[in-house]
Parts: sequence; C-alpha cells; structure tokens
Amino acid sequence: MKMTTAEYDRLTKKASPNTKLYLTLPKAFVIGGLICCLGQALFNLYSYWGLNEMNARSVTSITLIFFSAFLTGFGLYDKIAKHGGAGTLVPITGFANSVVAPALEFKTEGFVLGTAAKIFIIAGPVIVYGIAASVIYGIILYLFQLM
Amino acid sequence: MEMFMEYFWAFVIGGAFCLVGQLLIDLTKLTPARILVAYVVAGVVLGGCGVYEPIVEFAGAGATVPLTGFGYALAEGVKKAVAEDGLLGAFTGGFTAGAAGLTAAVVFGIIVALCFKRGDKTS
Repeated sequence: MKMTTAEYDRLTKKASPNTKLYLTLPKAFVIGGLICCLGQALFNLYSYWGLNEMNARSVTSITLIFFSAFLTGFGLYDKIAKHGGAGTLVPITGFANSVVAPALEFKTEGFVLGTAAKIFIIAGPVIVYGIAASVIYGIILYLFQLM
Repeated sequence: MEMFMEYFWAFVIGGAFCLVGQLLIDLTKLTPARILVAYVVAGVVLGGCGVYEPIVEFAGAGATVPLTGFGYALAEGVKKAVAEDGLLGAFTGGFTAGAAGLTAAVVFGIIVALCFKRGDKTS
C-alpha cells in the first residue's frame, strides 16, 4: 500500500484516541504542583536542619529521586504517571523514573549489557545536551571575562 | 501566612511548568525524551541569561524541582567554576553541579534493579 506522508498523518490522527485537554492539562498541573510542594517541604526541612541553600537543594533532589526510584520499583510511578502525564514527567522524579524504569526493565538482558547499558537510554540525551549547553555557556562566560 | 504563600507559589509555578509540558505532549509530536532534553537545555539557557534566578527566588521548589531547575543548576555550577578556575571550570562545573542528582539516579536505579522484579506489564 502506497501513501503520502500527509495521508499517513491523517490515518494516525484518526487511529489515535482523542486527547481530552480539559482533563490532561488540570491533572498535569495539579500533580506536578503537588510534587513541587513536596520538594518545598523537604527543602524547608533540610534548611531547618542547618544545610545551606545549595546543599538543601541537592539533598531535596536526592530524596525525591529516592521516592521516585522505589515507587518505580513497586510499579506505582507508572500508575500515577497514567494520570499525571507531564506532571510526573517534568519534575526531577520523572527524570529518576526514566533512569530506574529501563534499569529494571532490561535486567533480563544481564546486569552489564541490560541494566547498565540501558540505564541512560532516555536520561543519556538529557545529560549529553545539558552538559553540552553548560560547556558552551562556560566558554562564553570565560570569553567575556577576558574582555 | 508567609509559609502558605511559599507553598502556593511552588504549587502554581511548578504546576505551570508541567502544564507547558502537557501542552507539548498533547499538541505536538514531541516524545517525552525530547521534552526532557528541551527542558534541561532551556534551563541552562534561561539560567545563563539570568532569567531563571528570579523565578527560583520567587517560587522555590516550584522552579528547582522541574527539570529546567536541573539545567539552571548546571549553569550555576559552570558560572561558579569559571569564576574560580577559568576555562577549566567550563568543563568541570556542569557535572559538579549535577553530581548529586545523577549519582542518586544511578545508585537507586541499580538498587531497584537488584531488589525488584520486573513489573507486570499487563495491568
């Protein structure tokens, strides 16, 4: 069967279920907002325990990643993500989920070529382009310092 | 009351970042991986331009928990490292700032892979 890209686009649009924006948007907003509130509570707790701002932020990230990793292990993060959409993807917990889920999923292919090789299958591009952008920024900063 | 406003703005701004992500998922063909890449790079660029810092001061975790906050942390790390070590800092700052998050994700990833069984995909 031959068809043009435009025709194919029309077919996929017909076949894929209609996304209901009035449902997905508020859910993403509320669930994402709640995860950020949890982050704020942790940050306040660690600040109260005497950590400086930078360290409190780092330990907050580590705690959220810990929660996300174990929810992923129990298969619960996927269940929340079904409703949360971007609300569970965009926070750092979503990043953690994108690391832990393939680590667990590809365990059957071995701990070296499965878990370890596939652990960064989604997070890899994020790190590559994040670091690349930060190096470009650093070089620009350095050049401005010279001037 | 001040305490309440802190959580309120963390909720609203953090929620808004997720709302934009949801719009990208629903209205474009961007895959989740591409959205995450876009968020981190946007965080580095906004952090570098000095736009993101006021948002962090205003919304706290509402700005640092979304992945743009990770990008902002990378930019801040590079800024600090370049000020201390010059050009070398451009190469060390990013990973130094991201170390906690990246290491946590890898370590907990391995622990979960060791301790848990693969989830049943049928449910």
